[in-house]
Formats: sequence, C-alpha cells, structure tokens
Amino acid sequence: MCRLAAVTSKDYISPMEPILALETMKEGHDGSGLGLTLKNLGGEFEKLKKYPVLSGICSKEGKKILDDFMKKQGFKLKHEWAPKTKPMKNIQARDFYFARAYEYPAEYKNKTMQEKEELLMNTRLAIRKIGEPNESIFAFSFYPDVITIKEVGDPLEVANFFGLDKDGLKAKIVLAQGRQNTNYAIYLYACHPFFIQGYCSMTNGENTAFVPIREFLMGRGFPGYIGYNSDSEVFTHILHYTARQLKFPITYYKDVITPLKATEIEQRPDKDALRLIKQSLRPLCIDGPNMVIGFMPDGTCFMVHDSKKLRPGVVGGVKGKYALMSEECGVDSAIPKRDRSKDIFPMKYDMVIISPDAQEVKVWNQLQG
Amino acid sequence: MEPASGLRLDHNHKLSLKEFPYIIRWRDDRCKRCGKCTAVCPVKAIEATVKVQRFVKSEGPVPTPSAVRNITHVVEQVTDMERYCTGCGTCTLVCPNEAIEPEFNPQNKFLHYKNKGGDGYKRGGRRNDPSLSTLDRLKFTRISMLTDPALDAGRHEFRVRTLLGRIMNPEDLPLKTNGSILEIDKTRNAFIPPVREIFPIMIGSMSIGALSPPMWEGLAMGVAYLNEVEGLPVVMCSGEGGMSPRLLRSRYLKYFIIQIASGYFGWDEIVRAIPHMVEDPAAIEIKYGQGAKPGDGGLLMAQKVLKLIAKIRGVPQFVDLASPPTHQTKYSIEEAVAKMIQSMSMAWGFRVPVYPKISGTKTARAVLNNLARNPYAAALCIDGEDGGTGAAYNVSMDKMGHPIASNLRECYLDLVKQGKQNELPLIAAGGIGKKGNLAANAAALIMLGASGVAIGKYIMQAAADCFGDEYNRCNLCNTGKCPRGITTQDPKLYRRLDSDKVAERVVEVFKAADVELRKIFAPMGRSTELPIGMSDGLSIDDPAMAERLGISYAC
Repeated sequence: MCRLAAVTSKDYISPMEPILALETMKEGHDGSGLGLTLKNLGGEFEKLKKYPVLSGICSKEGKKILDDFMKKQGFKLKHEWAPKTKPMKNIQARDFYFARAYEYPAEYKNKTMQEKEELLMNTRLAIRKIGEPNESIFAFSFYPDVITIKEVGDPLEVANFFGLDKDGLKAKIVLAQGRQNTNYAIYLYACHPFFIQGYCSMTNGENTAFVPIREFLMGRGFPGYIGYNSDSEVFTHILHYTARQLKFPITYYKDVITPLKATEIEQRPDKDALRLIKQSLRPLCIDGPNMVIGFMPDGTCFMVHDSKKLRPGVVGGVKGKYALMSEECGVDSAIPKRDRSKDIFPMKYDMVIISPDAQEVKVWNQLQG
Repeated sequence: MEPASGLRLDHNHKLSLKEFPYIIRWRDDRCKRCGKCTAVCPVKAIEATVKVQRFVKSEGPVPTPSAVRNITHVVEQVTDMERYCTGCGTCTLVCPNEAIEPEFNPQNKFLHYKNKGGDGYKRGGRRNDPSLSTLDRLKFTRISMLTDPALDAGRHEFRVRTLLGRIMNPEDLPLKTNGSILEIDKTRNAFIPPVREIFPIMIGSMSIGALSPPMWEGLAMGVAYLNEVEGLPVVMCSGEGGMSPRLLRSRYLKYFIIQIASGYFGWDEIVRAIPHMVEDPAAIEIKYGQGAKPGDGGLLMAQKVLKLIAKIRGVPQFVDLASPPTHQTKYSIEEAVAKMIQSMSMAWGFRVPVYPKISGTKTARAVLNNLARNPYAAALCIDGEDGGTGAAYNVSMDKMGHPIASNLRECYLDLVKQGKQNELPLIAAGGIGKKGNLAANAAALIMLGASGVAIGKYIMQAAADCFGDEYNRCNLCNTGKCPRGITTQDPKLYRRLDSDKVAERVVEVFKAADVELRKIFAPMGRSTELPIGMSDGLSIDDPAMAERLGISYAC
C-alpha cells in the first residue's frame, strides 16, 4: 500500500520532513518510487512566485528538444534548479532533472490567470506528447510556485539521490508519496502526487471504480483529462473538475466522491442542489479503498477517504503546522511536539480541511453539511 | 388378416412420431387409466383409445403357450401436427402413478410441417436456442484480492440502486453558490428532468390481457410489497393494454411504468384517470419495438379478449387485437418521436420520465444519438433477441433481432464518446436470467453499460412456474390455453394460479437477486454506486467476443 505524508506549514520546511515521516511508515518492500509536490516555494524560488515552474526530467536529446520547444512557444528561462544527484546503487539516474522558472510569452503578460493556466497546461501536455514515446522528456507540472519531483526507488534513497537533505529547496506545503507499485509497471507518469492547474492530490489504495470514472472524465472535453497511467490520477481530476470547472466549494468534493444516501441528503440544507449533484456526477463516485490528501490553489489542504474507511488517515499538529499522514507514526515523525489527544482520525462522513498557512483545522461533516 | 376393402392398406400418409418435438412416454404397467392426463392436456396431444392386444399365456407344469386377444385401454399420442405435444408436462404433473412423460426429440422435423393452411407457425414464449448466451459466458474476473480488501456483502452498506430519467450534464446544473453551500438558481428557469431512484432489475412490459388476472395481480402485489415493506424500489411496466382503473387512481401507481404502444390499447381509461391520479407513475414507456419479434406488431388473440380485458382496453369482446408494427403517427424520429415524448411528458406536467423501448437492432445507435440530443428523452430501453412475447410468428422469434450484449455495449460506448453515458440511462432486456442466472446476467449488463435491466420470462418461470424453455416446451401463450394459468383469460385455467403465491415468489426472487448482486459487487470492491460501465471487471472466454465488447479475454 502506498504511504502518504503531507505537511502544511506557515513557515518554509524542507521536503525531507515528510520523506522521513514516510520512512517511519515503511513496511517490507516499498521501493517503487517517490513523488513529491512542493507548493508555496521558498529557497531559491521564493522570489520567483509569479513565474511558472516546469518540473520534469529529460535526456540529453530531450533537453535540446525542450529548449527549442519552449523558445518557440515564447517562454524565456528565468531560473533553473537542478539537483546535484548522488549515485545510488538502486537508482537508475537519468540525464537531467530540473525545475525551471520561465517568463510568460510576451503576449500573455497581461492576460488573465485563467488564460495563463490554459497556456501552461497545454504547453505541459504538448511537451508530454513530444517526450512520452521515447521517454526523452517527462513533464510533471508547469505552474507558478509549484515543483514536482519523481523517481523510481526507495523514497529515502531517492531523497538522498537528489540531495534534498542538503539542497536549500523549501516549501510551505509538501506532499510526499512512497509508492508501492502493485498492478502496473513502474512508470513515472503513474507516480503520485498528480497536479493540474493548481489542484494536487495523492491517494493510497486501489480505485475499483477507475474505468467508469476515467471514461466520464475523458468525456468532459477538457484536454488535461488524459494520462491515467495510475488509477489515482482521477482523484486529482475529479477535484479539478468539481472545484475549478464546476466552481463548487471544496466540501462538495466529498459529496461527489462519496455521495450520501437519498435519506441522508434530505437532512442537508442544500438538499435540492445535492440531489442534482449526486445524479449528474454519479460516475465520479469512488468506492475505495482510498484515502486522498490534496491541496487547492489557495493553499488549503484536505484529507478525505471513501465511505467505508478501509484506508484510514490521520491529521495532527499545532497551529501553523499540520501533518496529514496515512499513519500515526508519520505524524509523530513530522510534528512530535503536539497534543496527540487532538489528532483527528476522520470518519466516514468527515473531510478535514486545513486553511492556508496551516492556521485552522476544520472537520467538515457531510451529514450536517 | 386386414379387410380387403374400405380401408387403406398402409399408413404412409401419416406422420410418424419421430417428426414430433416431444414424444410421449407412456407406461402401460403403471397407468391405472384414470384419464387425468388426457383431460388436462392443453393441446389434446394424447387421447384414450382401445387396442386389441395379443397375449401369449402358458399355464400348467409344462410350457403350453396359447395366444389370447384382449381389448385394452391405452393412452396414445396423436400424430396430427395441429395437436402436437408441446412437452409442457402437465400430464406428468397430474398422473398419480408417474406413468406418463413427454420426452424431447432432438431429431424432430416439426418446423417442416407446422404451416398448415399456408400460415406460418405462431406461438408464444422465447427464441428456441438452448445454447449458452453471451451473457452467460461473461465472468467477473476483477476480484479485490490483498491489494485492496474485498467488501463484505453482509456487513458493508450497499446501495444497489439506479436512476431512471434524464440526468443533467453537470455543467448545465442550475446552481449558484451561497456562502459555502450550493443552491438551485431559480432565476435560470432551467428544466430539471424527473428522475427516479429504482432497483436496477425491473419487471418488463407484460400486459393485462397477455397475462391472466391472478398473474398480473400477483406481480403487482409483489412489487408493491417489495417497495412498501422491504424497501426495495422495484418497478414494473404495464405492457400495452392499460391498467386496472382502481390501480390507476391508487397510491401504488408510483411503482408502475405505464406503456403506450402502437395500438394505444387502454389509453382511453388512462387518460380519463389522469385528473384523479394521486401519484404519478414511475415512468412512461413508449414501445416502438420488442426484442422477441422486432419490427412486428403486438397481437392479443380473440380468445383472450374476455369481458375484463375488453373493458380495460376499451374494445369489444372476442376480437383479435392487433397493434401495428409502427405507431401511426411515427413519421420520423426527429419529429414524431420527439413529439410523442413531449406529449407524454406534458400529460403529467413534465414530472414523469418518458422513454422509448426499441428492439435490439443495428440501428439502435442511430436512435440513441437522436435521443441523446433530445433533453426530454429519459432513457432508452433496448430489448434483445432473447426477449419473450405472448404471440408471434416462430420465424420472428427465432431468427429476427439482435443479441443484447453487443448492442447495449456499442450504444454505451457511443455515449461515452460523447460524454453522455450518465445522461441517458440504457435499460437492457432480452434473455436476462435465461439460464437462471438473473443477478449475474444483470450485473454483467450493468458492467457493460446498462443502467438497469428488465425481465419478463424469468419472472414468469420463477414466480409462476411457467413451463417454457428454449426447447419449445409449452410456448402456448398465444392460444389462451396456458396450462399454468399465467397467460390465459380462461377462469378454468387461471384458477390454477394463486396470486398470493406469485406475489410471494416475486418478493423472494428480488430479495435473492439483491443479495446475489451484492455477492458479485462486494468481491469487486463496489458498493456505493452501481458499477455501470465497469468493463474492467468483466472477461469472456472468446477473443472475438472480448474484442467486440471491449473487455478482456480470459481462459
């Protein structure tokens, strides 16, 4: 089962914190990979918040193709972060790992954020299309103030391979996933967290409703709903579809993926809307066993799981720093100094929502709305 | 020695029993000549007769054989094709000594002869094809095993429910944000189509008239009990021919789908009842076709049009009631079908889902795509070739039509391409439970993309012991002589059927199906929503079928 560790904080933290938390949750063979998404970047990216950051991996040939492509698109390289990789026995190093901040093409400088988001996503998809057949380029995210790092191997070894313990890379929100590959071949695009236009999530467990959900999403006519090398990618896209495309408040994500029974809906003040949402988004209902941790573009983080709670999670911390983990020992590792009695184990109807800068934790109950 | 004149010397003009589909096995030594079998035979295929028999007797201490001629009473099968044994076995049921039994004769040449008077063979029942259907070859192969825990069919909460009605595209929902909650934006005046939450297996259209009063009543009582007592929202379709006026005005109407077909039988009474209805019906089904006899009209034979039926349908007694193959108003799908849906919706103030039912056909996708563009079309029911009927030509039943599995699947995938798979529910019918695997067939169709399924023959067999099978057994529904009292209007015959027992069986069948559906969905890790289109859960043991259905091949 995949291990999930997320930390949200008002101060910049090192990505090593959630990675070390992952290590405490390790059980048996667990070396299919590490996925990291950092949001609200510190360190060398602190002053580059308005520039979109392209995160990915490329080969020597891929680098040239990428440079030419970005130039042709009108993006100007502003800053590049490349980890100083340390050779590791079990990790097959690729040519270039990068996070590059670009300046928008001149004609986009005064455009709305929504238009910019379309450009960034389409550019990422175009790069993916160019690089995917021969694996010359992987592009994981292209968005301001967000970096995504992925590689196959034991999470702690991967972190050491990237030198994250010594690197100055920091962020206020870090999502880390220790991947335990089961069904599918190890492939970087199948590695969580998944990111699309400011929305990000990672999941553990199998998604038994994957095919109908994927088919529904792919039928939305939205170019970003592709990939699905992992059955968990749909959780990110459901979040994006619900919150960005349909403009539903965050709590409706829970109502979409785990809809209430008809009798339960009747107790909610928004029952008329909820009834319609349940019908119209019926194919997006998940059946678990899954726990989802994610963040929204404004930095709100959340944890939610399927209605049977077969993959539990826990949230704990102090004001200004909270950890969202798949196991209690992970929280102990990330935030040892806290009141453990206040740890939150979300139940069937709960959605834990942590406000930006980890100021407030709210447990939203679906039954009460 | 035979007499030299007045009689023919041979019997070559007669058919031999070998041509008949069922041969009666009668045991002289067991028969006590009570006559029950000959009295009960619905087709008079057997008769009591006398024969001269030669016995050889020997008495005394040494063999002294002598021949004696006795006149004995026997039960004999007639060789008249009009009185062929249908294999129903009613004789076996009434025989006190197990002396008589029909036996299927696979070498029969029945169809070579069953066209006397120049008319093709007509019958009721189903397609006579005992081979394993595609539905019965589908297997559920995606079992949750260690990587994800299988659910517990007895402990976890399961919602085996589906939606009947047009479902709005989420992007068109008339919603607005009020603080942190969503509410309906009434200023947009959007039409919100009616949607019912129902059990995914429904009882398909079988009319009052085709069915006997106790059969229809039994089904109706069973459905009402399932809803009111068991909390299982099973719905049933009236078939063409109206409904009892009292039922139309009762609160139970909400459990019934009223069908309108090309003969519009019963609709005088229905229209008159509309102002007095205290509940809306579950839906309105417009029948354009039937899987058992695609492109053919309905027929209720004169012998079944008795007083009650004549009154409900608003017609004289004892006349053949033929529904034409097409609706007389059906000029084109673009215009007339839309109008029909609109008219029916309007009759109930747009509070009732209205959907068409067609027979399985290669043109189903064209119909579907038209409906997909009509925001008032509530669903599409596709009835495959294995559907049943009360009366049709044998050739229509056996040779016309399209199997449901691939027809349903291609329609679903067409909707997927358009992103409308959740908007227009597909109801599959025809051959579900053919071999008794009701829940498995239903679940397989759901995973291929059906929102629900409709059953007919299965419930007749399971709830009322219909004799029919795929070996042309019985299939007398068209004659009004149903030996079980299911499809007859003859009180002497339908007295045999107890409507309470039918209702009881209906309840048992649906409760068992509910449990079995859970037993299928639980190991596949599905419980909260019906796994519509979960095609990764299915496999089949034939690569070509797997390719056609877009599922995996497993062997």
